[in-house]
Amino acid sequence: MSQEKLAVYEVFVRSARGLDHKHVGSLHAESPEHALMYARDCYIRRSEGVSIWVVESSNITASQEDDLASFVDPMDDKPYRHATHYVLPDSVNNM
Amino acid sequence: MQTIDKDEAELQAEFDRRIAEEQKIEPTDWMPAEYRKNLIRQMSQHAHSEVIGMQPEGNWITRAPSLRRKAVLLSKVQDEGGHGLYLYSATETLGISRSEMIEALQTGKAKYASIFNYPALSWADIGAIGWLVDGAAIVNQISLQRTSYGPYSRAMIRICKEESFHQRQGYEIMYALAHGTEVQRKMAQDAMNRFWWPSLMMFGPHDSDSAHSSKSMNWKIKRESNDTLRQRFVDQSVPQIEALGLEMPDPEIKWNEERGHYDFGEINWEEFYQVINGSGPCNYQRLKHHKAAHEEGEWVREAVRAYRKKQENKKSEAA
Repeated sequence: MSQEKLAVYEVFVRSARGLDHKHVGSLHAESPEHALMYARDCYIRRSEGVSIWVVESSNITASQEDDLASFVDPMDDKPYRHATHYVLPDSVNNM
Repeated sequence: MQTIDKDEAELQAEFDRRIAEEQKIEPTDWMPAEYRKNLIRQMSQHAHSEVIGMQPEGNWITRAPSLRRKAVLLSKVQDEGGHGLYLYSATETLGISRSEMIEALQTGKAKYASIFNYPALSWADIGAIGWLVDGAAIVNQISLQRTSYGPYSRAMIRICKEESFHQRQGYEIMYALAHGTEVQRKMAQDAMNRFWWPSLMMFGPHDSDSAHSSKSMNWKIKRESNDTLRQRFVDQSVPQIEALGLEMPDPEIKWNEERGHYDFGEINWEEFYQVINGSGPCNYQRLKHHKAAHEEGEWVREAVRAYRKKQENKKSEAA
């Protein structure tokens, strides 16, 4: 079986308890269980993580960076969503 | 696979070791049933508070005194809705469904912060809520960033980051009013006086009377006691009241050199229990509004289901 026929899986690793899983890369596998084993053998050989998620790439719905301008408004006109927008007296400015 | 090989005592020992070593507990880990139950209670109550808390403030969006104040308030209320979502999702990792949680809220089985059962009577109340209510919530939430349950901790970190503007916008309202006309200053004083005590109640009963505290502290779900957090809030608030130039809401507030903290008067615990148990000024109204909003939103959920069905039919026709 050629590798191109195998599904691509995205690999996410939690480096320590309490942290989010982070995307680390991808691999080809014939099943999710195998993808998990390959990810273990490939991505956490130096105790990089305590937990792995694998997700078949085709199951990921992603935004397109080219469309970002029309898809995500950076809200630059809404500075009031940031704490620094509010000017308070020095004595209480640590709020 | 691990769990099959180990008996309950071993699993408990491993859990205890993780807690002792300041490790986080993650959703797929074994955890004692009581730990799970306690977390579901506290986290769902926290989620409900975010959502119910939208009501007193949402009520003022159309009556904000300027376009800027309106945009700010709208943005804050939007944040609260998002924070409810983070917390509901984090609670769902414990194996309870969203609809079960909503049901528990609407039947009165689950609680929410009792402060939201007080009405927002004037524009100054919006200032007092942002400054004092969010201020008290932030003191609590900063402490909860170190909670032992991973998803709860991560939700708290995200929420604290986003909430940093909530307290400041409230204080800015109070500052403008306190330095405005005589009528505005009185309005600010009145709002602070009414919200001060309920804000102190937000930290819950005294440590000696708290039903869930000691267990939660042992499990490191809660990291600091109700009274410690309440004192921290009082200590940070007093200089803020002074900067507003308002009179103290409690005549017993006094710096205690020996303790290195401000002393303050005793909370009216009778009022606290009355409001928690359903007899506050707005308990009925808050739940009634929540139910109505939920029922009136049914058509949206129905449309989502219809759309999904349509997509599935299309797919099967194409196949």
